[in-house]
Amino acid sequence: MIIADRKPLEEIQEMVKSCGKILLVGCKGCVTVCNVGGLKEVQVLASILRIARKKEGRPLEVEEKVLERQCDPEYVEQLRDTYDQYDAVLSMACGVGPQFLSEAYPDQRFFPAVNTKFMGGAVQHGIWEERCAGCGTCIIHFYDGMCPIARCSKSLLHGPCGGSADGKCEVSSDIECIWDKIVRKKMEQDRLEDLRVLRAAKDWRTARDGGPRRSIREELVK
Amino acid sequence: MSENGYKSGSNLEKVLKAGHFAFTGECGPPKGANVDHLKEKFEHLRGKVDAVNVTDNQTAVVRMSSKAASALMVQAGLEPNFQMVCRDRNRLAMMADVLGAYALGIRNMLCLSGDHQHFGNHPQSKNVYDIDSMQLIAMVKKMRDEGKFLNDEPIDVPPKIFIGAACNPFADPVDYRIYRLANKIDAGADFIQTQCIYNMKRFRQFMKRAVDMGLAERASILAGVTPMKSARMAKYMAKNVPGMDVPEELIKRLEGAGKGKMAEEGIKFAIEQIQEFKEMEGVAGVHLMAIEWEHKVPEIAERAGVLPRPQVD
Repeated sequence: MIIADRKPLEEIQEMVKSCGKILLVGCKGCVTVCNVGGLKEVQVLASILRIARKKEGRPLEVEEKVLERQCDPEYVEQLRDTYDQYDAVLSMACGVGPQFLSEAYPDQRFFPAVNTKFMGGAVQHGIWEERCAGCGTCIIHFYDGMCPIARCSKSLLHGPCGGSADGKCEVSSDIECIWDKIVRKKMEQDRLEDLRVLRAAKDWRTARDGGPRRSIREELVK
Repeated sequence: MSENGYKSGSNLEKVLKAGHFAFTGECGPPKGANVDHLKEKFEHLRGKVDAVNVTDNQTAVVRMSSKAASALMVQAGLEPNFQMVCRDRNRLAMMADVLGAYALGIRNMLCLSGDHQHFGNHPQSKNVYDIDSMQLIAMVKKMRDEGKFLNDEPIDVPPKIFIGAACNPFADPVDYRIYRLANKIDAGADFIQTQCIYNMKRFRQFMKRAVDMGLAERASILAGVTPMKSARMAKYMAKNVPGMDVPEELIKRLEGAGKGKMAEEGIKFAIEQIQEFKEMEGVAGVHLMAIEWEHKVPEIAERAGVLPRPQVD
């Protein structure tokens, strides 16, 4: 899923500084699962914003709403009757949310309340980690299900570099060297020959090409 | 291969092919466009080494470009070993620089992944890593031997470059390092310069495997030497440089030398190493990385008995 972190409060307050009434809209998708932009987080942020502004002596009216998904026009449409009743709309969805909202309602202003970070999962309660870089051409079968593009600090296709020590990356001892894991697994399972292959330079066109990448499923297109 | 039987005709290649024990040095370009400073550094190496590695934004700190500094060296009549890292350039820039380097008279190149930008003075930068060091080696070989760009289009005058690669025998996972070296040689490395060696016992074991696997015959392996200036430097490297093996006994030896005498003890150890490398099976030379100590290179070379450097025509 998509993992995000909430922006610092000061940054959010700065965005809505000139507003008197805003809509804070969460999303029941990924950001709910990673505890950053679901119902609970919408309620908490709304309260904090209200209290802070009340202290300043210029109260902020904050209405709360949570959409099923902000990346789906069908649900985005649910704001049609109310979106223009606010000075701005603050979205707690990933970076897709405020963009879909502003495409649907061009005359309103939409601000992001979270920083969208990566595609990953929970490695323990409260800690999420990146697993996929969305390069568009999956190659993890070459590396026993471990992606060096997303997980090696240098995205090396032939690692590990000379900075690998004790299973950790040269960048930080908090980062595991994914190449250490790949190599150890291959060697333990007697499949070293997999690593004696020279891989061709990656075709990055599927990762980053002209304009936003698209996925078209002909059978679904009306 | 060109008509004279050399891949590049660089001095380093000639020295190695003639069977001499090679001796290379290193020079980091200045943090600025100070040509006088650069010349002052590399002049210490004139006549003392077969080629001078010119680092490429080493430790991710911005400096004069390795290509420009290498070209200045060529103009001054020294032979550079142009280093290129994968961190700062995509494949277009890399191929362009290989061609440009060759056009400027550069004949040796060292292909590296590069230190992560996190270590440097612009940690905010975006790294490239379009290709990695293994693919860079293969790309330069293709340009040289097939006369083709990565996309198979023909090159009008291919760059005849002597291709180098790095090897750290002490990084983890240790058992895999010899295979990574083999991969680099398979990809096209003509010569290898290792990371600085301090643990001689482990390096002997590594070289034995390299010889047994036939790697030392297929590429010239130059052992990396960096003289320690002090016990503090040794401790720092042991603790803070990932993939560096500095034995406790070396630290003790430096400490034992006492204040004011540690640098000399570090040089003594380096000289002992060079002498052992000269006799070690499979070692084709030494790469001396006297970091910010270029002026010490003549003395070390003299005392290690590697002077005068051979002249091969």
